[in-house]
Amino acid sequence: MAHLPLEKLNALLEAFDEFPDPADRTDMLLSYADQFRDVPAEVAERPFAESHRIPQCESDAYAWGIRTPDGGLKLYFAVENPSGISAKALAAILDKTVSGLPAAEIATIDTGIVERIFRRNISMGKGMGLMSMVDAVRALAKRALTTA
Amino acid sequence: MSDIDARGYAHPEVLVSTDWVAQHLNDTSIRIIESNEDTLLYAAGHIPGSVNVDWTSDLNDQLRRDYITREGFEQLMSRIGATRDTTVIFYGDKNNWWACYAFWVFQLFGHTNARVMDGGRVKWEKEKRPLTRDVPSYAKSGYKASERSDAAHRAFRDEVLAHMQAGRQLVDVRSPDEYSGARMHMPDYPNEGALRGGHIPGAKSIPWARAINPDDGTFKTADELKKIYLDEKRLAPSEPTIAYCRIGERSSHTWFALKYLLGFDNIRNYDGSWTEWGNMVNVPIEK
Repeated sequence: MAHLPLEKLNALLEAFDEFPDPADRTDMLLSYADQFRDVPAEVAERPFAESHRIPQCESDAYAWGIRTPDGGLKLYFAVENPSGISAKALAAILDKTVSGLPAAEIATIDTGIVERIFRRNISMGKGMGLMSMVDAVRALAKRALTTA
Repeated sequence: MSDIDARGYAHPEVLVSTDWVAQHLNDTSIRIIESNEDTLLYAAGHIPGSVNVDWTSDLNDQLRRDYITREGFEQLMSRIGATRDTTVIFYGDKNNWWACYAFWVFQLFGHTNARVMDGGRVKWEKEKRPLTRDVPSYAKSGYKASERSDAAHRAFRDEVLAHMQAGRQLVDVRSPDEYSGARMHMPDYPNEGALRGGHIPGAKSIPWARAINPDDGTFKTADELKKIYLDEKRLAPSEPTIAYCRIGERSSHTWFALKYLLGFDNIRNYDGSWTEWGNMVNVPIEK
């Protein structure tokens, strides 16, 4: 059965909406940050190419997109700043909800998900960097589409 | 003599080292306070025994653009189990921006028994010292505060205007592009609504980060600071001085450095800063 566009991501956003208490949302975000896994060595090794650096992200984050045989785009991330908890949380969320989907679908993600996920947990400096991470993922998807 | 004592500061007692904090984790006479910009950091791991004080929800009035009242400060201090005799030790992210900001707000209530951990969170992390997610619980203290007294530490817009017109010392601690008016916010930060770019006429541009060693966030020595603020920028420690930035957090850091490390007698922080000045009608601006 065909899935709805960005189905897992939208379900997760709705789950976050059900937790208006900042403490609950903090726990959820930390839970995702704890599940973050660095890019595997077979995809990229340090020092990472600057072309994969996510601009404006003060957590020193990187992103990669690798096409899969079934036509999907697998996403990988690295977050070099040990204090980059927000970046790790968002990377883990993107990994668990959109990684592997068709590039055309990933290209439709809206940067508004950052505000919806983080709400008051979004600090001034972090917000721009996190939206930049979403932009970077969309750019990877669009590039995959044009080079397919 | 400790490393901090050897740096030649006017008031070295306001700084403590990460070593000192590590040796006082079980000291009941102190309360370690983490203040961050990133609201997830404390929950993700903090110095054992430390409490979180959030600059927005704990220190600011939730309606007016102002700080908490005496009653609010009493509730805050009681919640963290601090008495007037408790030595509060601040640390945080962003090279202690928010730690210095919280320290500054505490001075408005006369809680002078306060210190900043040199290097802040980044130094503690780099030294691979312990962090925990356990949130401590302290018995409420029944803290009794003095009325908030802004005059010695805080400057308001009309005072800044008079200060500027008198040609007195102003320090703009924002980035060079914010000072010049090329941008109205920090690099990689959103524009928070200033309608005009530039700086207060006569202000000297001394970005806050010049006061620290970039590798570990510690403050530079007094001699190094004097070269920047006194020799290069020709500031006089005996003259009335006002520091400002965008909302008063970066300038709290410079306020701390000038007041306690270089001994400026009369320095205030203009927390209205550029988000107020850059929006006011008919005040002078330089580019």
